[in-house]
Amino acid sequence: MRDVLYLAWRYLVYHRLKTAILVTSIMLIIYLPIGLNVVVEQSAEHLTARAEATPLLVGAKGSPLELALNSLYFSSEHPELIDYSEATMVADSGLADAIPLYVRFRSRTHPIVGTSLDYFSFRNLSFASGRPMAVLGECVVGATVAESLGVQPGDAIISSSETVFDLASVYPLKMKVSGILQRAFTPDDEAIFVDVKTAWIIEGLGHGHQDLARPEAVSGVLSRSEDNIVANASVVQFNEITEDNVDSFHFHGDLADYPLTAVLAVPRDDKSGVILRGRYTDAGATSQIIRPVTVIDELLDTILTIQQFIVAAVIIVGLATIATAALVFMLSLRLRRREIDTMLKIGGSRPRVAAMLLAEVFIVVILSSTLAAAMTLVTWRYGPSVIESFVLA
Amino acid sequence: MIEIGDLRFSYDEGDFLLEIPQLKVADGETVAIVGPSGSGKTTLLNLIAGIATPRSGQVTTNGYKISELQDAARRDFRIANIGLVFQEFELLEYLNVLDNILLPYRINRTLQLDKSVRVRAEDIAERVGIGDKLARYANQLSHGEKQRVAVIRALLVQPPLLLADEPTGNLDPLNKDRVLDILLQYATDNAATLITVTHDHDILHRFQRVIDFKDFYAYGAEQRPENVAGPM
Repeated sequence: MRDVLYLAWRYLVYHRLKTAILVTSIMLIIYLPIGLNVVVEQSAEHLTARAEATPLLVGAKGSPLELALNSLYFSSEHPELIDYSEATMVADSGLADAIPLYVRFRSRTHPIVGTSLDYFSFRNLSFASGRPMAVLGECVVGATVAESLGVQPGDAIISSSETVFDLASVYPLKMKVSGILQRAFTPDDEAIFVDVKTAWIIEGLGHGHQDLARPEAVSGVLSRSEDNIVANASVVQFNEITEDNVDSFHFHGDLADYPLTAVLAVPRDDKSGVILRGRYTDAGATSQIIRPVTVIDELLDTILTIQQFIVAAVIIVGLATIATAALVFMLSLRLRRREIDTMLKIGGSRPRVAAMLLAEVFIVVILSSTLAAAMTLVTWRYGPSVIESFVLA
Repeated sequence: MIEIGDLRFSYDEGDFLLEIPQLKVADGETVAIVGPSGSGKTTLLNLIAGIATPRSGQVTTNGYKISELQDAARRDFRIANIGLVFQEFELLEYLNVLDNILLPYRINRTLQLDKSVRVRAEDIAERVGIGDKLARYANQLSHGEKQRVAVIRALLVQPPLLLADEPTGNLDPLNKDRVLDILLQYATDNAATLITVTHDHDILHRFQRVIDFKDFYAYGAEQRPENVAGPM
């Protein structure tokens, strides 16, 4: 057997280009349906687990999928905004706890999640080091963020501008890292958490600047009345919140009108949840309440349908490839007629010569299967994060 | 000893017919077979080797009635007892020189490949001047070198019978002599029988006996249909 395998191996090595093409073709036939299945199964598991752990979401009327993806996985596309008063209404209803979410800004590729401290207890997130954010301008980072940015408690992270070319847009805010979360193997690992008020400061709804009552600011004051001071652009605005300037930060207008992307509603019980959902059935309402698990199930149904189409296509292509490979093998036998005759003439046994030819097929199939298994393993390890990044981009 | 009696052979298609009433080749004898193309010289070698079987009559090779053996038994007998050399060398392109020489040991389990065989292969290769080319592939060798590799492949199992079909047909004079030297030296040293089909009359003097298929026509043609070969 060893001799048969050796001769087959020498043939395949000598014709390495032909072998590589055959192995790759068969590997793809084996890998594509299996790998696709692994990706879909794992992604479904990841997506469903997160959705099941999130009972209800309140957001602006519009795409439920956009609302769910932004609130659960911090996707970059954010839904229409709602007022902070929605959170107050949910909390005041006594039916559910309300956790505000403002997922709009980013630091490089990492989402900045404006929320409250309740979010950490709701998601059972614990701290690897440091503590929760305590004052404006502090942030807590997920394990992956800490790893990729190389930050520790006490270091700083700068938020990214929303658009590069819009000078009137959001200015970067330098935030101090107060704590690092333990790895949770969820999108929380990728996120930077700040108090929702810090998120509003990033947006420019709240700000801190030079005290206009001080003499050095006089040149910047355009007019001054009893309850209003108008200043020009020469007044220094702070882009970092420090112990020295934190008191100068303030918000204009009514906080109830400030924006959120969603309110995470945690009903006290099932009945409370049903009642709460009932309050959003009014067709004229500007906000909606969704069960994330329902939305994600619909998404998965779509993905599964696409998967079935792809698998059907792969099977057809696979059959064509196998037929082509068989044709290549038969043509190869014809081209090798003289070589086979030589072996038989000098006394080679027919079973052994046949075994040598079959061993070539066997080795190709084994190599293809091994590669397909390795690819499946890689897919199993990295596939879900890749597909999630596609879904959530 | 090779003994052929009342042999009659034809192919399934075509009207070729070979008849040999009697032919004997003694152990250790070196024989050259000459004659026109298509007269049956190569067919005779195939019958002696058991590659082809006669319609009737007997072929006895080294005491075995090879024409009566089953196909698998004939192969087992051939691989261990007969060294075959072809005009076109018939080396496998995807094997290097050493693997080509060792091929008989890998394609029939009658022969066992072990270290002593490898050492013997390397030793013979060294003696015939290709010891430094064992790692090369066939397409990296000259014609003379290829035929020497083919000859070593035939000699490696130390067969008592060598059948060579125009072994010098594609070689220049220097390599022709070299290959003949190797074959004849082996036959002498091992008291082996050597039967060579050749068109080259310049080398006939080196053989103990010459069988000319043309002689057969000289005395048998009137009684036989055209293109029928017969005994000598």
